[in-house]
Amino acid sequence: MIGSARYWREIPQRYRYEASKCTSCGKVFFPPRLVCSKCQGREFAQTVLAKTGTVETFTVIRVAPSGFGDEAPYAVGIVKLDDGVKITAQIVDCEPEELEVGTPVRLEFRRVQQDGESGVLCYGYKFVPRV
Amino acid sequence: MDVGIVGYGAYVPRHRIKVGEIAKVWGADAPAYEKGLMLREKSVPTPDQDTITMSVEAARHALERAGIDGSRVGAIYIGSESHPYAVKPSGTVVAEALGATPEIHCADFEFACKAGSEGMFVALSLVKAGQMDYALGIGADTSQGAPGDALEYSASAGAAAFVFGTKDIVAVCEHTYAFMTDTPDFWRREYQFYPRHAGRFTGEPAYFKHVLSCGRGLMERANMEPEDFQWAVFHQPNGKFPMRAAKELGFPKEKVEQGWLAPTLGNTYSGSSPMGLTAILDVAKPGDRIFMVSYGSGSGSDGFIWRVTDRIEAVRAMAPHTRAQLEDRPIYIDYGTYAKFRGKIRKLAD
Amino acid sequence: MRDVAVIGVGMNRWGELWEKSHRTIWTEAALEAIDDSGVDHVDAMYVGCMSGGLFMGQEHLGPLLAEQLGMGPIPATRVESACASGGLAFRQAYLAVASGAHDIVLATGLEKMTDVDGGAATYALSTAADQEYECYHGITFPGLYAMMATAHMHRYGTTREELAEVAAKNHAHGSLNPLAQFPMKVTAKQVMESVKVADPLRILDCSPITDGAAAVVVVPLDMAKKMGGPLVRVAASATATDTIALHDREDLCWIGSTARAAEEAYRQAGCGPDGLSFCEVHDCFTIAEVMVIEALGLFDRGQGGKGAASGATALGGRIPINPSGGLKSKGHPVGATGIAQIRETVMQLRGDCGDRQVKNAHRGLTQNMGGTGASSVVHILERA
Repeated sequence: MIGSARYWREIPQRYRYEASKCTSCGKVFFPPRLVCSKCQGREFAQTVLAKTGTVETFTVIRVAPSGFGDEAPYAVGIVKLDDGVKITAQIVDCEPEELEVGTPVRLEFRRVQQDGESGVLCYGYKFVPRV
Repeated sequence: MDVGIVGYGAYVPRHRIKVGEIAKVWGADAPAYEKGLMLREKSVPTPDQDTITMSVEAARHALERAGIDGSRVGAIYIGSESHPYAVKPSGTVVAEALGATPEIHCADFEFACKAGSEGMFVALSLVKAGQMDYALGIGADTSQGAPGDALEYSASAGAAAFVFGTKDIVAVCEHTYAFMTDTPDFWRREYQFYPRHAGRFTGEPAYFKHVLSCGRGLMERANMEPEDFQWAVFHQPNGKFPMRAAKELGFPKEKVEQGWLAPTLGNTYSGSSPMGLTAILDVAKPGDRIFMVSYGSGSGSDGFIWRVTDRIEAVRAMAPHTRAQLEDRPIYIDYGTYAKFRGKIRKLAD
Repeated sequence: MRDVAVIGVGMNRWGELWEKSHRTIWTEAALEAIDDSGVDHVDAMYVGCMSGGLFMGQEHLGPLLAEQLGMGPIPATRVESACASGGLAFRQAYLAVASGAHDIVLATGLEKMTDVDGGAATYALSTAADQEYECYHGITFPGLYAMMATAHMHRYGTTREELAEVAAKNHAHGSLNPLAQFPMKVTAKQVMESVKVADPLRILDCSPITDGAAAVVVVPLDMAKKMGGPLVRVAASATATDTIALHDREDLCWIGSTARAAEEAYRQAGCGPDGLSFCEVHDCFTIAEVMVIEALGLFDRGQGGKGAASGATALGGRIPINPSGGLKSKGHPVGATGIAQIRETVMQLRGDCGDRQVKNAHRGLTQNMGGTGASSVVHILERA
């Protein structure tokens, strides 16, 4: 299970979708990093991910890992955000049958996991279908 | 200097359970609840929704309407009786998500169903005192009712958030008034999972005494009559109580209906009258006056008089309307799913 | 660089080996390889193991296992690259011999997966993905491959039936392998009606949880020639990497690390895909085999689904894939898989595979990968 420091460190990304943009080639990284994988640039400007996108691919998890058992079945997808960045997250508030490649979604703030009954609550983003 | 609401927002979970579905499990008389308490269905939070997540979403809507960045907010006060942690603030998570840290004052409030209006009251007062330019007051709950208890038919989930400020005001706060006494009508002791209540004692000496006294005191202070208001909203533990309180204070049904969300939303506890207020702001016209009285067991009421400004027309469409959210693709669940979502099933310990 | 040969192979029956510890499992395979090779010592050894820590609470496997083998002070190194650990352990052994650093090197792989429950095993395997930005959200390995399957089906029209045919074909091959964990035959219909794991993948699309080990001995080709016996030369060894998170790939339908490693391997071996007699590939899930045979250039992009469905990848087909039964039927003790692929290839090239023997096998390719293809290692072996 995730510990406090490890969870806390990623708060800017999980709560506010903070990313970085390579100042030389413009590629956006989420999470931010030190070297651009496209042009090896080392200078970045801070940016924020787009809040809407479309489903690139998805699955419905029936056999869940520890800590997610109560939620199964649940959908997880890779979403291409409107700024072109792809991220992985759960897709909630929908029946798995409704989902398809291309479904428009938006980010919403949700509880993502918890460290047992007494541990830290871990928040972050999930996707919900938008009309 | 005028102080008031500069942005507002609500959040309604999409899952619902019908009163009849709950009544079926306990062999209760569904029509009696539906007619007697004027409740048809209620919102249900999924396991990944709580006071913090709903507060974030409602507050984001409020900031969108206020047209300001989270960093400009000087305080965040969240009222709830279902803060996810017993010890550790909800406010800091919300502040972090809104980008409001670190120059921010946070406090989590608890006063049964009044905690939300309490947060509004304090946020508003700090702006009025000139301590800060903007402050957020939020009411949110994922309230619990014990299985089979009368509260199970109403206890629901939702949130409302208000940014208070002095510029570009949407609704000016003209008057406030508060009325409270020590009245043990509903409580939850430390380490107890579900709240307990004193049955019919929650009515006359508790809800009605405080709501009516606060309402009369507020009008007296303002030197106003029900005719001076286009809208009224009250705490809604069920559909019936607010309608009766409105009638006794002299407000006709038409002025109450827009903010009367309980029949299909249930009782969102700290979110109740604040969410009703958001539904009214979604339709109110410039110049309209809104009369608002909350209620929290234990017991007390906060009263507010709001005067809607021209600015409302500009901000209304900037975030989802409350009734639109309430009606947006509801997902109905059965009692088994509800019991699983709400942690009512005893499982093997981790 | 010296030419390198594989002169000995070893592997025990794989499965849920409740009564055997990892020491026993590994030592059995290592001894068999040493005995098969005819050497009386080894100069160094490598152990491919993905997660001794999470599966057994035991790290530091190099010295532990060297001592179990009675080879005491020799250099012993553990190699880790998730499910490609075995393939990379073999590559390290190959490089050690080719470079002249050592003459006789034991390359091994091991995983003891059944000492933890299913949830813990699922978690251990998931550590091959991005913990913060994939696994944090509740994705599993079957889930990641399922997303690749969804994308492939959506773009190329690959069907559910075509995926099922991969499992049916590999189980048919595995039924001829006496060491396979699940040697039973299954039909495509059974695959499509088995329990859902991560849509569209079902349990019979997935490789199993397995205890097992495998080992091979590598020496300079010149030494092998002097020792006599069948000669199998390592014609190519290549590896490549890709983003650890699936979502960071430009193309979700393409395993770039395998394609790049294969390109380099073909260059080293001086042959193309049509110069191969058969392949042992990483079919951790049915969709993986479909995408891998495309990346290896055996089928056009998007046409991998036709491989098993058309019979082209079955024994006796155009290019037999996974004559051993693959991970699907033979089992998938993750760290051991890459070494077992080498063992199968050596045995095929020696003509020792009995009922599952590929006719006229002269050159075989192995492809082993970690995670969703963040690491891939490709070897080409040929009769010398």
